[in-house]
Amino acid sequence: MILDYILRRLGLLLFMTLMLSVFTFSISYLFPGDPLSNLSGVPSSNFAQHSELEDKYLYNSNYFVQYIAFLGRIFQGDWGLSFASGDNVFSHIVDLLPATLELSVYALIISIVVGVPAGILGSAYYKRWPDKLINSTTMVGYSMPVFWLALLLIMVFSLKLGWFPMSGRMGLLYEIPANTGFILIDIALAGFPYKGMAFLDALRHLTLPTIVLAMYPTTVLVRFTRESMLKVMDQSFIKTARAKGLNRRQLIIHHALRNALLPVIKQIGLQFSTLITLAMITEVIFSWPGIGRWLIDSIYQRDYPAIQGGLMAVSLFVILATIIAELTYTLFDPLSRNQAHGKV
Amino acid sequence: MHKLLLTLLAVTLVGCIDNKEEIIEEKNQGLVYCAEANPVSFNPQVTTTGSTIDIIANQLYDRLISIDPVTAEFQSELATDWKISKDGKSITFTLRKGVKFHTTAYFTPTRDFNADDVIFTFSRLFDVYNPYHFVGDANYPYFQSVGIDQLIRKIVRVTDHQVRFELFNPESSFLANMATDFAVVLSEEYAMKLKKNNQENLFDQYPIGTGPYIYKEYRRDHLVRFYRNPLYWKHHVALEQLVYDITPNGTTRIAKMLTKECDVTAHPSSAQLSILAQRDDINVEKETNLNIGYWAFNTERAPFDDLRVRQALAHAIDIDKIMQAVYYGNGTRAQSILPPTSWAFEPQANMPSFDPELAKKLLIEAGLPDGFDMTIWAMPVSRIYNPNARKMAELMQSDLRKIGVNVSIVEYEWNTFIQRIGEHRHDSVLLGWAADTPDPDNFFSPLLSCTATFTGKNPANWCNPQFDLLLTKALDTTDLNMRKKYYDDAQSLIVDELPLLPIAHGLRFQASSADVEGITLGPFGAISLANARKK
Repeated sequence: MILDYILRRLGLLLFMTLMLSVFTFSISYLFPGDPLSNLSGVPSSNFAQHSELEDKYLYNSNYFVQYIAFLGRIFQGDWGLSFASGDNVFSHIVDLLPATLELSVYALIISIVVGVPAGILGSAYYKRWPDKLINSTTMVGYSMPVFWLALLLIMVFSLKLGWFPMSGRMGLLYEIPANTGFILIDIALAGFPYKGMAFLDALRHLTLPTIVLAMYPTTVLVRFTRESMLKVMDQSFIKTARAKGLNRRQLIIHHALRNALLPVIKQIGLQFSTLITLAMITEVIFSWPGIGRWLIDSIYQRDYPAIQGGLMAVSLFVILATIIAELTYTLFDPLSRNQAHGKV
Repeated sequence: MHKLLLTLLAVTLVGCIDNKEEIIEEKNQGLVYCAEANPVSFNPQVTTTGSTIDIIANQLYDRLISIDPVTAEFQSELATDWKISKDGKSITFTLRKGVKFHTTAYFTPTRDFNADDVIFTFSRLFDVYNPYHFVGDANYPYFQSVGIDQLIRKIVRVTDHQVRFELFNPESSFLANMATDFAVVLSEEYAMKLKKNNQENLFDQYPIGTGPYIYKEYRRDHLVRFYRNPLYWKHHVALEQLVYDITPNGTTRIAKMLTKECDVTAHPSSAQLSILAQRDDINVEKETNLNIGYWAFNTERAPFDDLRVRQALAHAIDIDKIMQAVYYGNGTRAQSILPPTSWAFEPQANMPSFDPELAKKLLIEAGLPDGFDMTIWAMPVSRIYNPNARKMAELMQSDLRKIGVNVSIVEYEWNTFIQRIGEHRHDSVLLGWAADTPDPDNFFSPLLSCTATFTGKNPANWCNPQFDLLLTKALDTTDLNMRKKYYDDAQSLIVDELPLLPIAHGLRFQASSADVEGITLGPFGAISLANARKK
């Protein structure tokens, strides 16, 4: 039963990836300029080079053959060269994706740690002052555009108070070899050099972007947890339990929470795609060297191979994250396995 | 459990405080310079992009001679002495002994600097038999624009520490060219090592020089990292580390100055100087500089090949407005292509005035009564000669609309921009030139000569034999009065022919933290951080 479900999801993943790759492949024809140089990243040059590229990309065959060749290159890690840097797009992605992931994961952790308990608190004090406070705070956080919040925080905490730096992942004078691309892990692997100062500095750099990025998913989780709790608390089995004489604490922890958190788990997974989108804006504002900033720079520079590769990597990642979230959710909630059709 | 955590936290924090002073000292040995663009190369021979030269030239390399910014006399650098023969056709340099090239992860020198390095370095520029001449498509924009291949006959090794340059003609600007930031000395030994491994293409990306700092790493759009050269021949280098934080956005650079993420920043824009000037912990320096911001037309492209069209466009622009809105009073309106501080400067009487009616009339004469569409390429970075090209382009756009010319503004990332201008893909461009030497030829040959057209340096795509003849005559004489006369003629020819419209000369600005010292701004040439240190 569960295996069947997993297979169905994997089928969906495969299909989505296929569609994505078809789309990516076709945009090199839709972008202005020579499709061949859009694909390869080699600006159109002399005749010999051009015909060499034609051979490599099977440019004179039909679209289907070209597409198959394109898939082959994607799997080999040959994603073309970036117009701007002349390096392989794939190597850029490998360098940059960890930075984005790191930021997103920390933001997600913060939003879970803050959002879920706040939601529970809100429902526990339904319509009393803690609930009202949490509700109004969430409303503000929910409706505040992320770039505006970022700029406000920079103005107050960086420019006015000078507590936090406003750009980058670490003071540039610290030299940490990039092994994993996750800055905190890299510093730990390097054995906390500069007497731990580098680690503290990296944390200081992380603070503002993480808060900014965490704001939206936190508010979503607060509201969602609260709703979900209220719904569960209204059900008859809770009433029964209350009739049995359980106090509110026991009620919430043992009965309501388990049932209420199931949809929240699903929601957490779904937040990941929103996070990646918001991360792009955050990265641009905080000069965070991640994939989002790079992608936006590439768009500005009309770097078509980079746009293609970046889009593909990011969307693949979002699809993957969503499916993993769904699978985890299914493990917790047997009922959901009965869905006949997959959905993303 | 909680108590344990708290105790741990406390211990860590206390531990940190203990070490704090020591660490601050450690960190103080580095300096972060906020630069406005990625370096295009690490060899100054192959580029003239000011943002690149500022980063690499004086930090990684040395020249044979330099020019004193105050007295404008030649000073010895890697050459301790130089003698010019009577006919002016051969110049013998005596080289400094005991100068060592950088030792890095990718190269360890086995010998000191000697004549071979000088011969290799300069023969690369013009000698087709030099194994490196064609590396990077044989593109040496500065030297080609001053015609080095028609200048040096050969370079002779006299002894290990003496080199003789034999010239075809005695040329008055030869020594000045040898003192530019582009005339750095490279390592022949390193070049040969790379050649042996068939890695010639790495030569311009992984630099080896004799300068005060050693290359460590470069990450595109992020940083360039140099370390101190412990064996620097000239003096002790105070900074352990020098990091260039690549921050294209001017406002971000200012903000980073305020948050202390940068110690020094290049080209703070005049609009923001007042913010910085209010702070006690930031110093703003101002210095006149030999430069020119101009508007160049692609004279090979219709309708800009018609002088009347160029004149019409020039008459349509209100430069006074530009001086206020773009330079904020921190610039001088151009009266010629040369700045007033140059000895050859001659104010031009017939600089185009702001006269839209005349502009319309000229367009009608040129057969374009309804105007036309054109592009203005605005450089995306702020440079001395033009602090905000985008804004300037917008002002010009509205001026030109009044005479029926529709302008669209084109912007690219800086290095791409330069490259495409070199391919002459533009209609017109807002660009500029900051001099490398006080020699007036530096404003003419690299910018507007015919050779500059071929090497992609000439943004006006303008080749005028009469103009080139004037330049050659000016170079062939050492009589200062004669030279001045030729340059007068060259200046008026530019204003008559208008391949470009000189707009303004900017002031050079630099903002640095109050605890940084030893960085001096010169009237020409790239920034040197060799003496920079923290108080």
